[in-house]
Amino acid sequence: MFAVVGTVPDREFPLVSGEVRLEDDMVCIDGKRIPVNRGTPALFAAAVKTCEVLNQPAPFGYVVGDIGQGDGSRRLYEYLTHHLGKCSFSSIVFHYLQPDVDWHNRVLFAVDEMAQRPVLIADAGFMYAAKMSGQSAKYDLFTPDVGELAFLADEEAPHPFYTRGFILHEEDRIPELIARAYEHKNASRYLLVKGKRDYVANRKGIKTTIDSPVEEAMEAMGGTGDTLTGIVAALITAGIEVKEATVIAARVNRIAGHYAKPTPATQVIEIIRHIPRALKDILHKNEGIREQICV
Amino acid sequence: MSFLNIFKRKESKVSSGRQNSDRGILVFENTSEVIRAESVLDEEGWKIRVMGPPPEIRSGCDLVIEIPLIEELNILRTLEKAGVQPLEMVPVSSPLLQPVNIFQNKDFGKYLMIRAANMKLTVDKETMQIVNISGGGCPDVPYLAQEMVGKSLTEAPSPREIGHTLCGYALQLAYEETRRKCSLS
Repeated sequence: MFAVVGTVPDREFPLVSGEVRLEDDMVCIDGKRIPVNRGTPALFAAAVKTCEVLNQPAPFGYVVGDIGQGDGSRRLYEYLTHHLGKCSFSSIVFHYLQPDVDWHNRVLFAVDEMAQRPVLIADAGFMYAAKMSGQSAKYDLFTPDVGELAFLADEEAPHPFYTRGFILHEEDRIPELIARAYEHKNASRYLLVKGKRDYVANRKGIKTTIDSPVEEAMEAMGGTGDTLTGIVAALITAGIEVKEATVIAARVNRIAGHYAKPTPATQVIEIIRHIPRALKDILHKNEGIREQICV
Repeated sequence: MSFLNIFKRKESKVSSGRQNSDRGILVFENTSEVIRAESVLDEEGWKIRVMGPPPEIRSGCDLVIEIPLIEELNILRTLEKAGVQPLEMVPVSSPLLQPVNIFQNKDFGKYLMIRAANMKLTVDKETMQIVNISGGGCPDVPYLAQEMVGKSLTEAPSPREIGHTLCGYALQLAYEETRRKCSLS
């Protein structure tokens, strides 16, 4: 089983944890229902859909309400420092949390106390904190977009908002930015850079790129990166090696997007609905992947 | 509404020759307080800048306000009157981080997408409706999307009003640029 740690945009939402289900386009956890829009609920929904196809247990969620003031995130950070050490997860995804280096480091200490080290995946605010802490190399996978990659590549920037102008986040400079992120030890073991073309890289360089099918409108849609992270986390937990899981996830996300026939006004739930069909397409064509999946 | 002093210079109460020699930064509890203080000082005509904090006081999602040290007391008095007081004032000598100021536009025909830093805002060019918000990683991004998507540029609350983080601040930049492109400001 894998865990997902994140927030929902409702200040009154309590800190809850438990197995995540999906009912009528709503994420259900510990008796609470959360609309799937973008952010962590979109990640949950994509992960649940992927787990269903792979015949895997649903993800375990840790979630709290936070509208950006950081109060919910800090409560969740504190909770994790007390509980994670006693847990057993094959992987953990850290997602939309208020970036806070001190709390990030304390959570990482709690992870170190776990009997078996999980695969660590960071995206969104927690990835920002991981980079700023100087401990990016402790993570197995970051999933930045090109703007966030520029932030990882800028050894001085504490947040994407401060990426220096000479480090332009342009698609044609992605290889250079990836190299710079590794050079300054601000990248995880693998990077999945999501964009018009998706890049899978490690410190030795770009391993592969995925660029079809292309749905230009997905760039404008909120949540398409969250779905990608949810799919890759579920694949890794199913036993697929990180590098291969990133490639499959990128393809699945693209095919699901293609099936949704999106416009820039399409909402991410439309793509999530097509994840099972897209994943089945990939599995159908590749017996090798099916054999790797632990059931 | 005026926005970042980074992009807009007003007539200042302080001579420009003094600003780079004796500077200090005001540190606030959170980004929302910074945004409030910036508005107060901007309206009062103070020459201040919203910047990134120096490494020794960074926590992860911060903004500070750079002020001329010589005017510290007057500025603090202004803020006290407005009920928004900093946690501390720190003198600085090294360069502070500049917020990103590069916009990228993508025209989808019926829709226009504007990106500022890590945030993207997309509008329907005919109806001016905000149809999507993407990017970012701070927890107010899903909240901002929830409050803004589906509303027109004239009706939606601005990120400056309801956002709390640097991602919210970046979205404000995209929002202002979109309004400018759509001739609303």
